[in-house]
Amino acid sequence: MSPDTAANSYRLGPDERGHFGLYGGRYVAETLMPLIREVGAAYEEAKNDPAFHEEMGRFHKHYTGRPSPLYFAERLTAHLGGAKIYFKRDELNHTGSHKINNCLGQILLARRMGKTRIIAETGAGQHGVAAATVCARFDLPCTVYMGSVDIDRQAPNVFRMRLLGAEVRAVESGSRTLKDALNEALRDWVANVHDTFYIIGTAAGPAPYPEMVRDFQCVIGDEARSQIAEAEGRLPDTVVACIGGGSNAIGLFHPFLDDPDVRIVGVEAAGHGLESGEHAASLTGGSPGVLHGNRTYLLQNDDGQITDAHSISAGLDYPGIGPEHAWLKDAGRAEYMSATDAEALEAFQLCARLEGIIPALEPAHALAWVIRTAPDLPRDHILVMNMCGRGDKDVFSVGEALGIEL
Amino acid sequence: MSRIAARFEALRKADRAAFMPFVSGGDPDFDTSLAILRGLAKAGADLFEIGISFTDPMADGPTVQAGGARALAAGMTTKRVLDLVRAFRSEDDEMPIVLMGYFNPIYRYGAERFAVDAKAAGVDGLITVDLPPEEEDELRGPVERAGLDIVRLVAPTTDEERLPFVLERASGFVYYVSIAGITGTRSPTMADVQFAVDRLRRFTDLPVAVGFGINTAEQASAVARIADGAVVGSALVREIGAGGPDMLDRVNGLARELAGGVAGART
Repeated sequence: MSPDTAANSYRLGPDERGHFGLYGGRYVAETLMPLIREVGAAYEEAKNDPAFHEEMGRFHKHYTGRPSPLYFAERLTAHLGGAKIYFKRDELNHTGSHKINNCLGQILLARRMGKTRIIAETGAGQHGVAAATVCARFDLPCTVYMGSVDIDRQAPNVFRMRLLGAEVRAVESGSRTLKDALNEALRDWVANVHDTFYIIGTAAGPAPYPEMVRDFQCVIGDEARSQIAEAEGRLPDTVVACIGGGSNAIGLFHPFLDDPDVRIVGVEAAGHGLESGEHAASLTGGSPGVLHGNRTYLLQNDDGQITDAHSISAGLDYPGIGPEHAWLKDAGRAEYMSATDAEALEAFQLCARLEGIIPALEPAHALAWVIRTAPDLPRDHILVMNMCGRGDKDVFSVGEALGIEL
Repeated sequence: MSRIAARFEALRKADRAAFMPFVSGGDPDFDTSLAILRGLAKAGADLFEIGISFTDPMADGPTVQAGGARALAAGMTTKRVLDLVRAFRSEDDEMPIVLMGYFNPIYRYGAERFAVDAKAAGVDGLITVDLPPEEEDELRGPVERAGLDIVRLVAPTTDEERLPFVLERASGFVYYVSIAGITGTRSPTMADVQFAVDRLRRFTDLPVAVGFGINTAEQASAVARIADGAVVGSALVREIGAGGPDMLDRVNGLARELAGGVAGART
């Protein structure tokens, strides 16, 4: 993307080679290159086909349950005494998170391409469950790669995936978490390029995935935009979302990128604190590098070896970040903050008590930033936070963190 | 003439293919790895592929992953791999040496500095697995200026429309990945290898080496009848990984078998 067009709009990326400025691209082995290009071409075609959008819209409405509400969090707002806080309720989607938005789009594309087998990676299990769900619905065999460490801490989601008919394969390589599950899925794909479609769970990976996943998640921001206009008659002052790979965030942010008065805030997982070295904040604590098919900010050492991420939230526990966020950070259009495990746990409990909503630990990080920031903002400041997942899956790990025997 | 070109030229005159072992630099540690390289040379290796380890080697199977992990655990870095090459090169000025790895460690090292340092250490060529021609610009300039070859991978999925695009950016030799898959898993049929190598020869005059899935002297020999080189990685790395007091002997023994299979293939 040239600086000229960037100055006019932040919504034009990526360029034809899949780059967002320095970031993005297609850093994959030659074996995958032809297939990646095929996925790109198929997506271009689908994107311009009204029938594709019509079908997706139908499933959004009757299967996922879209549009998700935009909810005025009245008691939280009163409690904090500052900005007026809205939740975009993507935790009410079928399967309990925003992940279904993307899986639906990708499986419709896989069908168009005539692929007969689906693979996916998962960390917390939310994407794995969403992928297994659409595979059940469209009768395609599904293999989900999941680090054995994550399998141990997310047992309910493993069982859900199996109930949905998916095969969950434990990944024992590397640190046995999300990044290794991605490696293993890519290895599977290389070996099964002829019939397999890889449903990547976040707005990262080789082009066209960052763009494609973003487009499928933009339904969040598009809805929020018209819903806040209806509720308040104007745009929000701030939009905020948590960032692991960054798909829920880019989906909320993208439709607001060209509204200069809207402040855009992504919240990464600071784990035990940025200074502790045990965190998952690739943007605030990492540096540019190449992993999993794209150039982006990574947690890595001086030798370019990837270091382990840490977060209480398995869904944020990834040492990279979608490349468009890397670009937005450098361009200064979005701000990237962080919240620690402890802050997320506080937010988790406060939200449950005040709003009767148990958030997933992932959006609890965004909420922690809101709790920290909202009191200092004026009462007419409108803040929209993406409640991208519900916390039922997290009650065991939260119980454990709080020292409560369940 | 580069060491790579000289070696393939000499082999062509002798009507035999190259035996090209792959090991991760520093597996299981720096000193043992240097001893392994010396042994491989003595056993009849014609060209070395030395891996720069990476935490996330997405094109490698469990065996090569484990070799890389051992090297990293032993404190290997990109710089130490160059030290290893330098140490071997001080004893052997003819063995062509190609470094094989993923882009991130090179990117962090700095492409320009890496190319210069690699050349100075005695490296002859570079295979960057996850840097397809579409993304190689930032590395190509420095590597060409330093006088290193850029070895390109061609896969079964690389169709004839794409092939010229890939090959026009290749030098030294072409590495044909014989299976759509990761290292050390399946083996190709020789009919498929023959078909692929014949096709490649219609597009390039560069030597064609074949790798992925070659484990035995018999397979190496069959490949050597078809192609200009046979790459064996996982089978050797597995022996290194098995360890034990006789590890060096076993690696050397396997290397001699493989080298013998390649050398005797066309007689």
